[in-house]
Amino acid sequence: MSTTGKLKSSSSELDFDRPNIEDYLPSGSTIQQEPHGKLCLRDLLNISPTLSEAAGAIVDDSFTRCFKSNPPEPWNWNVYLFPLWCFGVLVRYLILFPARYRVLVLTIGWMIFLSSFIPVHFLLKGHDKLRRKIERSLVEMMCSFFVASWTGVVKYHGPRPSIRPKQVFVANHTSMIDFIILEQMTAFAVIMQKHPGWVGLLQSTILESVGCIWFNRSEAKDREIVAKKLREHVLGTDNNPLLIFPEGTCVNNHYTVMFKKGSFELGCTVCPVAIKYNKIFVDAFWNSRKQSFSKHLLRLMTSWAVVCDVWYLEPQNQKPGETAIEFAERVRDIISVRAGLKKVPWDGYLKYSHPSPKLKQGKQQNFADSVLRRLEEEK
Amino acid sequence: MGNTSSMLTQYDIEEVQQHCNYTFTQQEIVSLYERFCQLDRNSSGFITADEFLSLPEFAVNPLSLRLLRLLDGLNFKEFVAFLSAFSPRATLQHKIEFIFKVYDTDCNGKVSFNDMLDVLRDLTGQFISEHQREQVLAHVLEEAGYKKDSLFVLADFMKILGNSGLKMEVEVPVD
Repeated sequence: MSTTGKLKSSSSELDFDRPNIEDYLPSGSTIQQEPHGKLCLRDLLNISPTLSEAAGAIVDDSFTRCFKSNPPEPWNWNVYLFPLWCFGVLVRYLILFPARYRVLVLTIGWMIFLSSFIPVHFLLKGHDKLRRKIERSLVEMMCSFFVASWTGVVKYHGPRPSIRPKQVFVANHTSMIDFIILEQMTAFAVIMQKHPGWVGLLQSTILESVGCIWFNRSEAKDREIVAKKLREHVLGTDNNPLLIFPEGTCVNNHYTVMFKKGSFELGCTVCPVAIKYNKIFVDAFWNSRKQSFSKHLLRLMTSWAVVCDVWYLEPQNQKPGETAIEFAERVRDIISVRAGLKKVPWDGYLKYSHPSPKLKQGKQQNFADSVLRRLEEEK
Repeated sequence: MGNTSSMLTQYDIEEVQQHCNYTFTQQEIVSLYERFCQLDRNSSGFITADEFLSLPEFAVNPLSLRLLRLLDGLNFKEFVAFLSAFSPRATLQHKIEFIFKVYDTDCNGKVSFNDMLDVLRDLTGQFISEHQREQVLAHVLEEAGYKKDSLFVLADFMKILGNSGLKMEVEVPVD
């Protein structure tokens, strides 16, 4: 496969038999109904449908829409509302923010202190069950502090996750805070991309205690290694329940991109979790291309609150005869419907790589088949 | 218009509108400018091939590489002029001219059998053999009364494509 520019062509690992893209594109842009009748010069020269599709993609495409954060409508435009807004800004930046900042610093301090507090491990070495229970409660508590540091108002619906073997939890992904919001209720183990900076430090200290699996998007062989680790973790009886974000990237909480099938071929129950943020208070989408996590956190901490709904949905099992991909799509459907998100047929990793050539070939094949068919009809 | 500011003045909008022969409304031009800025991630004033190819919907289009040649290095004004062929207000002639430009890669005003073969190859890929492609093209050319070594000019394209309704439109989202 040839590479163009600095984006690599996606490896065949990322390519799977995807649902028909034509179902998702707006109706006007699909190649029109199968033409019949004798093949004439006009049919071959008329490339207008293909050109229209290309121009349509240039003007507005369904992939970029997933990562667009729409700026909120300014409402402070008259003489009464503007002073009110100014007052709000003062309260948010001068009162709320310092208070939250202190809570955050406190939390981080505690976290680093406790994680390097190895004696806890040694003291309760013989009492594994008790130690794990304490560790879990500690993590949950610290996450609640973290949530409080940006005044998170979370409404949980549905039965709380139970710690049973052979189950994984999957959720849609909007920002790294998704993990913290879910973690404050249940101490999940998680699979994450290692981040640079202070976030990475936190990741390596705290998350090690709950059980963490690291992956690296840019490494090709990584997928197999990670799949193996996932399987091992799920089968272990004493491990914390595993939380996976199968989209693989942060999306703007209006759409869902395709779920990676890795979490769905572990042979265990999948428990879907849907998360929807209320945009009136703050847009919780972390646009990792545009801002660092620190800036994102700053924005959260200087707004009024982070309000969201979390739904724990009915656990799903792979139906007989259902492929992992169909299973993944079915669960994505369940989550998207519950959280009011639109589905998009693109792989989230297309942020970092080009689409597989198979997609283009699919279109070429369609056209070729139609031409050949019409030739046959003539005979 | 500068790429230093992301604001479009009324004067800029009118200039662009005039340049594209009033095929877009002023609102559409504003929307297209937002889109242009969104695609031009490094704010260089034009959209690079890579930036276009980062749109998966565009990258999977069989004619994407051909279009990239026409889109290379366009500033916003030229970008709008490029897209004007897809406006519902564009004339049929304008649309056919655009199609002709896509075929005429060496820009000499003439489209040969090989040019048509190249486009057909882009559209069908490996799913028709080269030999079969030549056969099909030669066959339909003959049926239409042309010879294999005929050179087509714009007028010929007008004749061939101009009769029944050619639909080549995109909608510019205006919020």
